[in-house]
Amino acid sequence: MKEQDWQAKARQLGLGPERLLHMYRQMRRIRHFEEEVDKLFQAGRIWGTFHLYIGEEASAVGAIEALAPDDYITSTHRGHGHGIAKGASIPKMMAELRGKETGYCRGRGGSMHIADVAAGNLGANGIVGGGIPIATGAALACKKLGLGRVVMCFFGDGALAQGSFHEAVNFASVFRLPVVYVCENNQYAMSMPVEKGLGNPDIEARARAYGLPGVSVDGNDVLAVYEAARKAVDRARAGEGPTLIETRTYRWRGHSKSDANRYRTREEIEEWKARCPIRRLEERLIAAGILSPAEAERIGEDIKAEIQAAIEFAEEQPEPDVAQLADGVYA
Amino acid sequence: MREITYAQAVREALAEEMRRDPRVFLLGEDIGVYGGAFGVTLGLVEEFGEDRVMDTPLSEAAIIGAAVGAAVVGMRPVAEVQFSDFLTIGADQLVNQAAKMRYMFGGKAEVPMVVRTPAGSGTGAAAQHSQSLETWFMHIPGLKVVAPATPHDAKGLLKAAIRDNNPVVVFEHKLLYKTKGPVPEDEYTVPIGKAAVRREGRDVTVVATSVMVPRSLQAAERLADEGISAEVIDLRSLRPLDAETVIASVCKTGRAVVVHEANKFAGFGGEIVGTIVESEAFDFLDAPVLRLAGKDVPIPYNPRLEKAAVPQEDDIVEACRRLMRESRRVRVGGMA
Ligand SMILES: Cc1ncc(C[n+]2csc(CCOP(=O)(O)OP(=O)(O)O)c2C)c(N)n1
Ligand SMILES: [Mg+2]
Repeated sequence: MKEQDWQAKARQLGLGPERLLHMYRQMRRIRHFEEEVDKLFQAGRIWGTFHLYIGEEASAVGAIEALAPDDYITSTHRGHGHGIAKGASIPKMMAELRGKETGYCRGRGGSMHIADVAAGNLGANGIVGGGIPIATGAALACKKLGLGRVVMCFFGDGALAQGSFHEAVNFASVFRLPVVYVCENNQYAMSMPVEKGLGNPDIEARARAYGLPGVSVDGNDVLAVYEAARKAVDRARAGEGPTLIETRTYRWRGHSKSDANRYRTREEIEEWKARCPIRRLEERLIAAGILSPAEAERIGEDIKAEIQAAIEFAEEQPEPDVAQLADGVYA
Repeated sequence: MREITYAQAVREALAEEMRRDPRVFLLGEDIGVYGGAFGVTLGLVEEFGEDRVMDTPLSEAAIIGAAVGAAVVGMRPVAEVQFSDFLTIGADQLVNQAAKMRYMFGGKAEVPMVVRTPAGSGTGAAAQHSQSLETWFMHIPGLKVVAPATPHDAKGLLKAAIRDNNPVVVFEHKLLYKTKGPVPEDEYTVPIGKAAVRREGRDVTVVATSVMVPRSLQAAERLADEGISAEVIDLRSLRPLDAETVIASVCKTGRAVVVHEANKFAGFGGEIVGTIVESEAFDFLDAPVLRLAGKDVPIPYNPRLEKAAVPQEDDIVEACRRLMRESRRVRVGGMA
């Protein structure tokens, strides 16, 4: 896209310099957060497992930017990016990853279960496809309660093979629920490439099968993601029912903490790294005169300091009290 | 004898059975080049090809269901469910279909299939990747359930499971995959339904499975220093259950504690206690029969909480000491 066209598109979508810069900052916060999480794990200060969102930042940020603050999301095992884009507190996320009492889940959940129900994040999910029926039910409640809110449901390409996906999408279609399904197609479900794991990877055909609109966008182009999400959110809010969006992207790192990358080539990884969603936006913003290289640098420094502070905060937080182990199972 | 890991032992069982019987094949998520989430199937696709080591879509209901259908029509599928928590997604196929086909079809079908799956906590994987769901499946007539504790049994029980003409669920334990133990190079199987006495003792019977077996053996070692002689039984099979071995041991020791990782409420500990008190062992009991089990909570992420949620070596030692104390009280009461 030519520079003028890009700027015209942003204007047409109602994205002024401030919001564009906000999106840029959010993407960089996600990137840096994830890099630090990886380092903390390597240093033995985070345990268990986690799934890094590096390379996919435009998907969460572009899609969630189309939501109102009181709308809901459901997230996945690869959920840090969704949480941050939805406005999560980075210190509380860090505290959760350190298993601390003041973390989002009081140290009970860890990376795969970070949730902030009050702020509209209905949770990451350890079960692939597990969030899809939940998002559908949340949308049902939004409709029944007349809240005027929309639910955005994130899941990966792997989840397209789960029964929960098929059942829930059909359900939402039948009841015209205010939900936006966002399939983040990062080309693999663990080691399974989409061409091998899906009989028909065409998302539009899939949506059509359930009687809803489907659209596939470049998931590393934050503007394209925003545009598709904006349309779907407006449609959902207007009571016209669900939409299925595919954001085509790529995870740069291994599937989880342990992954020898046996199923893909170094060249392929490098090829996708060249399409870095953050750098692409940065270049646009600089060309448009919205951002200068010096400002970009300063933003980077600010984010570094913010995340460093969160790491230190998490370090100082108390561990859960073992005597309270059995508390909180029931309401 | 050579020593290999539990994971290697499982791999050998799969490879040997595939070489032995062309009807055996594997299906599951990421079991090909990736080698499975725990590396158990590493190298198998290279030897047996993608037709026999099938990387499937991310679809547990279809994986387990396809195994059921293939088994009925003459194959001997071995499905891998990446974490045992995901058995719930394929539970219809296992519980309503596989378990019942033979009986409800009047004996006119056989479902010779295996589902192997890693279970248990201890890795920081939290509530949806750490459960011990064996009791769910033990409860279903028509299913067999095994939970090997050693590399030797991981191999022998899996081979027996593959040759069995019924659906068998094999619960492997994540914490055991890297443990090493003696495994014969010669062909053998371990019969399903036979427990093993891992350590003989006089004072108290500890009934355990899976990762609780090594923990119980360590506890028994410490108890011996205090003059308490613990007998450790590794059930190996949960259904069918080797009641005879358990009862005989309790008749000898007069005290028993069942140790399992799954939470206590409605866990299989209750089944074992029931088996003991309904038997002639009741007359030999010197103390209440204890259940030492996981706390009734989802498995938490924080490592200290996670540890506290399931029985540890110290808890087993303490339970046995308590049995010895309480039994003295019983005897004193009896004399009064
Ligand atoms: C029901 C279920 N099956 C298997 C897994 C193990 N698992 C976790 S993530 C994953 C791959 C998911 O792929 P995708 O949905 O494309 O998301 P991505 O990891 O690529 O973001 C698998 C197989 C799981 N967590 N839940
Ligand atoms: Mg994927």
